[in-house]
Amino acid sequence: MILFAQTLSWVFRPPMQGGEILKQMEEVGVRSFPVVIITAAFTGMVLALQSFTGFKRFNAESMVGTVVALSMTRELGPVLTGLMVSGRVGSAMAAELGTMRVTEQIDALYTLATNPIKYLIVPRFLAATIMLPILVIFADVIGILGGYLVSVQILGTNPTLYIRRTWDYLEFSDLYSGLLKAIFFGMIVATISCYQGFSTEGGAEGVGRATTKAVVISSLTILISNYFITVILF
Amino acid sequence: MDNDSLTKIRVVNVHKSFGENHVLRGCDLEVQQGESMVVIGGSGSGKTVLIKCIIGLMRPDEGEIYVDGLEITSLKERTMNDVRKKFGMLFQGGALFDSLRVWENVGFGLQQHTHLGEEEIRRIASEKLRLVGLKDIEDVMPVELSGGMRKRVSLARAIAMEPEILLYDEPTTGIDPIMADAINELIVRMREKLNVTSIAITHDMKSAYKIADRIAMLYQGKIIEVGTPEEIKNSPNPIVQQFIQGKSEGPIKIL
Repeated sequence: MILFAQTLSWVFRPPMQGGEILKQMEEVGVRSFPVVIITAAFTGMVLALQSFTGFKRFNAESMVGTVVALSMTRELGPVLTGLMVSGRVGSAMAAELGTMRVTEQIDALYTLATNPIKYLIVPRFLAATIMLPILVIFADVIGILGGYLVSVQILGTNPTLYIRRTWDYLEFSDLYSGLLKAIFFGMIVATISCYQGFSTEGGAEGVGRATTKAVVISSLTILISNYFITVILF
Repeated sequence: MDNDSLTKIRVVNVHKSFGENHVLRGCDLEVQQGESMVVIGGSGSGKTVLIKCIIGLMRPDEGEIYVDGLEITSLKERTMNDVRKKFGMLFQGGALFDSLRVWENVGFGLQQHTHLGEEEIRRIASEKLRLVGLKDIEDVMPVELSGGMRKRVSLARAIAMEPEILLYDEPTTGIDPIMADAINELIVRMREKLNVTSIAITHDMKSAYKIADRIAMLYQGKIIEVGTPEEIKNSPNPIVQQFIQGKSEGPIKIL
C-alpha cells in the first residue's frame, strides 16, 4: 500500500524513464500476447460448447453468442488475462527485482542518487497498467471468435443469427467495465510483484520465495477484488 | 570543535539493531578531509552496517552522522539523494546492473543526472575504465566479466561522477591475491589522483596496511582503537593484536 502510494507520487515526476517504460511494455504486452490469445481462444470455445449443452435443454441455443460475449468481456477476459499476466510477468518482476536486491544492485541505485522506485517500479507499473487493458481487448475479440467458430463449425448454429445475438445484447458498458477491471488488475500485479521483489531477503532461496508469493498473492488479490469491483460497478 | 572544517565525516554514538541482534552499540568515528580510513573487524562485527549508515542506505536507531557538517540521519529521502551525489561506493560483489552494458553501467550516474549525450557519456565511461586499467570492454555485459573485472568496473562507476567520498566494501574479498594487490594499487592511486576522502572496510590486513592513512578497529559494535598502521601494529590492546595477527586463540571468542 505504501509502495503503491510512493509509486503514484513518482509517476509524474520528471525525468521520465522513456526507454525503460517501452522495454517493460514490450515485456508485459507483446510477450504475453501468445499466452493470452491461447487462453482466450480456448475459453471462448469451451464456453460455447458448455452453454450450448445447457441451453439446448430449454431450446435457447441461439443465446450462446450472447453468453459468450458477455462472459468474455465482463468477466473472463479481464480475469483470465490478469491471472496469466500475474503468472508470466508478475513472477518475472519479482524474480528480477529480488535478484537485484540480494546482489545489492538496488543499494547501488541509491548510491548513484537514483530512486529505485522511480527507475525500476514506475516503468513496470505504467507498462502493466497500460498493456493489460490492451491485452484484454484482444482476449475479448479472440474469445468471441473462438465461441463463434465452435458454434458455427461444430454445433451448426446459423452464423448470421450468432453474430446478431452477439451484437444485439452486447452493451458498451460490458466492454468498458471489463477494461476498467483490467486497469486495476495491471496495477495489482505490478505493485504486488514489485513489492515482493523489493523486499526480498536471504539470497537465492529468498528470490524463489518472493516469486512464489508474488504470483499467489496477486492472483488471489485479482480474484477477490474482481468480486468487489463487480459489486461496485453494477 | 575547532577542526570542524577538516572533518569530512563524523559518526557519533551510532546504534543499530536488527531484532535482538544489537550490531552497532555506540560507534564513533571521524574521518578527515582527504584521508583514507580503513575499518577492520571480524565478520558480523557491523562494518557493512556502519558503511551503509554513512551513505544513508540504513538509518541508525540512535546517534548522529555528519557529512561536511550536515547531519544526515534525519534527512528526507529527497535531500539525502543530493548528499549521496558526494559519494561513490564500491560494492563487495560489484553490484553492476545486469541488464546494462559495461559503459552504460559506468555512465549510469551521468545519464541520470546530467544532460550529456550518449557519445559524451560513452567517452567519459571509456576514460574512467582506462583509469581502472580496463579497455575495449565497453560493450560487454556484466555477466561475462570475472570477479576482479567486475570490481574494477564497479570502481569506474563509483568514480564516474567525480565524488568527494569513496566507500569501499571489502574491496579485496573474493578475488585472487594478484588482483587484490592491483585493486589496492588502484585505491591508493584514486586517492592521489582524485584527492578523495575514503573509507574502506576489510578484514584483509595486507590490504589495510597498504591503503590506510589510519585504521580503526570495530569490535562488538564499537570502535575500540584508531591509529596509523604503525600504531595499530604496535597496539598494546590484546583484541587488536589477536585480530591483526589472525590468531584463533585470544580475547575474541569464536563460537
